[in-house]
Amino acid sequence: MQKLFFPLAAVLAVMFAVAPVLIVGAPYESTMGLVQKIFYFHFPSWMAMFTAVFVSGGASIVFLATRRKSADAVAVASAELVVAFGLIGLLTGPLWGIKAWGVWWSWDPRGTSALVLWLIFWGYLLLRRFGGPGSERLAAAVALFGMANVPFVYWSVNLWRTLHPKTTVVSSLPVSMGLPLWWSTAAFMGLFALLMTLRTRLEHDRARLDELYLALED
Amino acid sequence: MRFVEAAWLVTRKDLLIEFRSREIVYTTLLFAVSCLLVFAFGFVREGRAVEDAASGILWVAIAFSGTLALGRAFERERQNETLRGLLMSPIPRPALYVGKLTGIVLLLLAVETVIVPMAGIMFQARMLAHPLYLVALVLTGTVGFAAVGTMFAAMLVRTRSRDVLLPILLYPVTVPVIIAGVRGTAAVLAEDPNLEMARLWLSMLIAFDMLFVTLALWTFEAVMTE
Amino acid sequence: MTRLINTVIALVFVLGLCAPAIAQTQQQPPPKPAAQDEFLPIDQLAPKEELPAAPLVMAAYAIAWLVLFVYVVSVWRRLGKVEGEIADVNRRLAGGARR
Repeated sequence: MQKLFFPLAAVLAVMFAVAPVLIVGAPYESTMGLVQKIFYFHFPSWMAMFTAVFVSGGASIVFLATRRKSADAVAVASAELVVAFGLIGLLTGPLWGIKAWGVWWSWDPRGTSALVLWLIFWGYLLLRRFGGPGSERLAAAVALFGMANVPFVYWSVNLWRTLHPKTTVVSSLPVSMGLPLWWSTAAFMGLFALLMTLRTRLEHDRARLDELYLALED
Repeated sequence: MRFVEAAWLVTRKDLLIEFRSREIVYTTLLFAVSCLLVFAFGFVREGRAVEDAASGILWVAIAFSGTLALGRAFERERQNETLRGLLMSPIPRPALYVGKLTGIVLLLLAVETVIVPMAGIMFQARMLAHPLYLVALVLTGTVGFAAVGTMFAAMLVRTRSRDVLLPILLYPVTVPVIIAGVRGTAAVLAEDPNLEMARLWLSMLIAFDMLFVTLALWTFEAVMTE
Repeated sequence: MTRLINTVIALVFVLGLCAPAIAQTQQQPPPKPAAQDEFLPIDQLAPKEELPAAPLVMAAYAIAWLVLFVYVVSVWRRLGKVEGEIADVNRRLAGGARR
């Protein structure tokens, strides 16, 4: 995974250089005008966050089944990225919302579901930090429960409230809006992968440090 | 030893201990009633409750008092080191989980038999209009909440900061249960009951219960071993 | 050294997140026509006419950049600490082996 860092970084550098051009070039959305351009980073942040949720949950399953440390490294790295990308989404959403809908927070299903998921993974990080020894496995169970919860959270919140643009909006976007959107999404996914390599390297180093300490004691 | 037998033994042990002191059921009950009262000050204006207050406050009280009961129940195990004894006994680990879950559910149901009518009285909701639906919703919601709660509380029993970590972890994961419980109960207790909605929420609760009990059974072993 | 390069690269195009915001605010937003559109506007909640959109867009992109920047810096610092310790323990091991 570490070897991917430079080629990935190179590709992403190009993508993020091109992204502003595409975003500026996209037409204005007719009712919301300029503020809708937040969408081109808001949506990809959420996509990255949900990817991170499933990567973390999946890695947690592998960790619980095999006790392999590499799986745990992926799980915790991904969980941190859930919180990071989720934070971007949660902060950019209200900035868009206050202009487009007139309120900072409207309890719409996608936003609320994302908030709940974000809280679950924040809990994951707190458990690992303050839970003491052995909390890796417990946290893995939390990640797994969190991932399994995604459909339930979404479904229940959706039935409870609806304000967000419907799912069909994204697929009905014209190419002029679709291109910058999916370009940004791909760039964010690449950023997710890049940050994963950085963060899993930290876990790797920590494991190596533990081994060295053990060797020192001999 | 067969699964069901083992699970029943665990439940029976918990119930026996609880019958002798009745500590958890009394304290949880009083806490739940206090919850109802405190929320009443927020949601009752000029003697009349705001719309759907009864179901909302009821489920908040269940969630809060449930967390407390879970904490107390496993604290008792921890203090007497009995959990280690249970883990060392030759019963299948999932049976231990089911036994504990049943005990917690029965405890919460005991508390709910008091606070559900009480919420109806305090917030002027018609509890007897569709009693079967109400019972089904409360039962499935309690099982869902307790399924996740028992899992997390057992996991955290030897963890630092367990008292604050349990609610932090439990509430976000049980959001679907709370939403379904509140909206389902509200649909049943409304002036004009919407039974179709209630059935919808009920089916979601059943699906949630089945999935999360299964997940807990799968992961309990992996999570509880040293 | 590689760690530093890695982190700098990560930071550099996290910086790139700012670019759209800056570029965008050079443009003038068009007058809003009443129109058919893909997004479903909410009738009861009219968008606030008084709120200028440009600062919101800038703030949004700046926040994205800031969050990722803080995250990368935090990983960098943790990496630094751990790698320092590794070097330290290696030295002690080598010193012990020589004896």
